Amino acid sequence: MPDATHAFPHLPNLPGVGYKPQHFSEILADPSPVGWLEIHAENYMGDGGRPIAQLRVLAERFPISVHGVGLSIGGEGRLDSDHLARLKHLCDWLNPASFSEHLAWSTHDSHFFNDLLPLPYTDATLTRVADHIDEVQTVLGRRMLLENPSSYLAFAESTWSETDFLAEIVRRTGCGLLLDVNNVFVSATNLDYAPQGYIDAYPLDAVGEVHLGGHDEDEDDHGAPLLIDSHGREVVDPVWALLDYTLAKSGPKPLLVEWDTDVPDWPVLADEARRAASALTRVLA
Amino acid sequence: MTDQTAFHSGLLNPAAPVPDGLTDAQARPAGWRYGVYRNNVTVSLREALAEGFPSLVGLIGRENFDHVARAYLRQSPPTSPLMMHYGAGLPEFVASLDQLKHLPYLADVARIDVAMRQSYHAADSTGIDATALQTPDEEALLATRFDFAPSMILLRSQWPIGTIWRYTLRGGDKPSGQAEDVLILRAEYDPKPFVLGPGAGDVMQALQNGASFGTAIDQGGEAFDLAALLNLLLSQQAITGLNH
Repeated sequence: MPDATHAFPHLPNLPGVGYKPQHFSEILADPSPVGWLEIHAENYMGDGGRPIAQLRVLAERFPISVHGVGLSIGGEGRLDSDHLARLKHLCDWLNPASFSEHLAWSTHDSHFFNDLLPLPYTDATLTRVADHIDEVQTVLGRRMLLENPSSYLAFAESTWSETDFLAEIVRRTGCGLLLDVNNVFVSATNLDYAPQGYIDAYPLDAVGEVHLGGHDEDEDDHGAPLLIDSHGREVVDPVWALLDYTLAKSGPKPLLVEWDTDVPDWPVLADEARRAASALTRVLA
Repeated sequence: MTDQTAFHSGLLNPAAPVPDGLTDAQARPAGWRYGVYRNNVTVSLREALAEGFPSLVGLIGRENFDHVARAYLRQSPPTSPLMMHYGAGLPEFVASLDQLKHLPYLADVARIDVAMRQSYHAADSTGIDATALQTPDEEALLATRFDFAPSMILLRSQWPIGTIWRYTLRGGDKPSGQAEDVLILRAEYDPKPFVLGPGAGDVMQALQNGASFGTAIDQGGEAFDLAALLNLLLSQQAITGLNH
């Protein structure tokens, strides 16, 4: 039985932030710009201690999104059944408003790389990812959202566009999607296409959550811009513009500001959440 | 085809060539674009280790630590997505390095870093009340076995590891040459390392191995201060049950 006494059945169409323990007191004192919180599942898989105690308190006040970063759904091997059981345990006691994971892999030959690694988009990988999502949804007993990656390179063997690949996964598995507009902007820059075209081709009906985050700038071997998804700074203006473009087509969605490295003081993150709130206000106007 | 065996083989090996079949938008070889993944993997694992080993970073400096961490993560990448457990083998790795042989206490101090993290994430528990030990029946008390908090960890060393740990992270008394046993205790959510007095390490080891209270305190020797040890265990909520 879930022990969260206030179960929030879904994420509201409000801004949320990626939860960082250093913001605990300030969020509770004045949660005003934030309507929900997202946690990385793997940080709450210890046996006890402060992380889980804080999460119990937060879950009484906020809808919680559990965002996995280690399941390796795009992996060639079988899903790690121990890890899936840990996710089930977390989702069972917390009863989160949402669970999401990535279109990526991170484990191979039992080695975990702590990064979201890319996969080619082919009939074979589509079948494998869809099978893995079926297994996750069956074990967890809930629908999951799948997030589009940031891409730094392309696979010569890919035969599907990313948007068609995602749409087909949704059709086969019934899962929802987590649309990361910063990842769209990063991938579009790195692989030389128009980010608005990606949004036009993307199955927006399936979106249950939108991510925003900051990126770094680098160059490839030919001097072309290469953006790196770092979650270490403010969201840039072109990504806010892409959010407006997206929301105009999709209608309001739960919006999450991610900031995972060089985590700022709470007022800076709260300002980013307020900016997301104003984007939602614009789409409702 | 670029399977994950090919893709992953170069992630932890900077000398490995970029796998075939990876390109930019113009179908040119990916080059540095693959290097971004290689760099992300190394940096994220290195940062996780640095965060988990504050005293080791303090003792050898960040630059040296990064060299050690890079060698370790290439040899022993994580085998679980739970990064909170990553690095448990680093103290042993440190002990094996010729370049660090002149600092023989390093591995044992690094074990405090590992144990602090393990204690932080251990299951919650409630300590017994001090009155539970106040009984007129001395014989029954001596036959009692203790249950301890899952967050309690005993580390024994021939080096003054507790004093070195504290000196490195908090300043204070300069370490002397004495061996120290350290008991990590977590009364609420913040684990703390306590340097045990003479004989207390032997007593705690016996108690943890399931010896009765009477048998265990016999291990303490003449300088052992029973009142001090009990006071520490009770004040830090470390005894969670009595088995009569």
